[in-house]
Amino acid sequence: MAETVKLLGTKGSPYSHRAEVALRLKEVNFEFLHEDLAHKSDMLLRYNPIHKKIPVLVHEEKSIVESLIVVEYVHEAFNGYAILPSDPYERAMARFWARYIDEKVIPAFWMSCWTDGEMQKGFIGQAKEALTILESQLKGKKFFGGDSIGFVDLAAGMVAFWFGILQEVAGISLLNEEDYPVLCRWADDYCSVEAVKESLLDRKLLVAHFASKKEKIFATKAPVYD
Amino acid sequence: MAEDELKLLGMWASPFVIRVRMMLEEKGLSYEYIEQDLFNKSELLLKHNPIHKKVPVLIHGDRDICESLVILQYIDEKWSGTGPPVLPVDPYDRAIARFWALYIDDKLLPSFIGFMKAATEEAKAEKIADTQTALELLEGAFQKCSAGKDFFGGDSTGYLDVTLGSHLAWIKTTEIMSGAKLLDETKVPLLVDWAKRFITLDCAKKTLPSVDRVEKYARELQVTRWKVATAN
Repeated sequence: MAETVKLLGTKGSPYSHRAEVALRLKEVNFEFLHEDLAHKSDMLLRYNPIHKKIPVLVHEEKSIVESLIVVEYVHEAFNGYAILPSDPYERAMARFWARYIDEKVIPAFWMSCWTDGEMQKGFIGQAKEALTILESQLKGKKFFGGDSIGFVDLAAGMVAFWFGILQEVAGISLLNEEDYPVLCRWADDYCSVEAVKESLLDRKLLVAHFASKKEKIFATKAPVYD
Repeated sequence: MAEDELKLLGMWASPFVIRVRMMLEEKGLSYEYIEQDLFNKSELLLKHNPIHKKVPVLIHGDRDICESLVILQYIDEKWSGTGPPVLPVDPYDRAIARFWALYIDDKLLPSFIGFMKAATEEAKAEKIADTQTALELLEGAFQKCSAGKDFFGGDSTGYLDVTLGSHLAWIKTTEIMSGAKLLDETKVPLLVDWAKRFITLDCAKKTLPSVDRVEKYARELQVTRWKVATAN
């Protein structure tokens, strides 16, 4: 019987992106169900009643939620590409850095885009420090995962593709080649990987999307990823 | 230091530290415990966790592992042949365990700590209600994960047992300080039974601080750090 794998997500969401890339790396046949986050489907509410968020992976009628948990599940449940390293210590490091991206890099960068004045200066300082620390983890490697992309690269997908778009819309220049040459080179390499390219929306469309939501995001600071 | 020597930098009141100690105990792993003063951070802590400067830090030979849930999974994978498993074997069950562990730390913990930091009666009541709601969801989680057995991990304690178990002293302290019932046998009977069983285990007896000690500490924090006026 064919595996029934469905991914509830949106092309605009970097969290949905993580799950999608994981499935593509494993060459899993899946159905992408695009969610309208302004009008959440019954399916989404049924499969993620607690958080009501995307991505949601549905595999044989069982649902898995939270993007990094979905990626670990895909790594474990399907054969093929190794998204996580096999060594326990290397795995611990991968998990540590994925959390770092979620807890330090993304929030500081996001708030840098959508605040102003003294508050923005504070966030920019935090974001710069976090990006410097993240960049240092590349340490001469092509990807965080080594020669090929892995868990941390997927976690950092937002840095690779969304950060450039967000800062363009917000009118700031935080992640630039002059300050972060290694991270910018990594971003280009990451976006060139086949499984990633297939998952990414056209850049112009995403710029237009965030530009159209700019005022709303500035007011609420809440992401709008659909 | 010898290749396989284990040290743990910790703090007696931290649930994040307590859960690691519980799991090391369950696995029968010996380690040197080094208490840290988090208000006056040591060179040792800054050296082994330069990024977050927090506890717990597991030092294994010349390697540092930080973040409690990362450490628990490291222990699971490094010592998979020793003692009970930390996470279940099946990928879906693992995903469920990981989900609820995040929920415990992201939703349950901020609720009862939020109560302790709350300045008004209204805010306090809201946080207590949030805590009760979170525990009710965890009751459902227990039902699903335990499948009729004694622990979230089934026959033996696992990832979720220590993650939630590590919060028991603070939860009980919140009950005393608020006068509200959180582990209420009429609302969360399975969790109440689970908690009674859990605290009798060696891993809990050796690591959970007394409620008196936690209450005293919480009240100190209310005055010195959280700037909240207390009723007494």
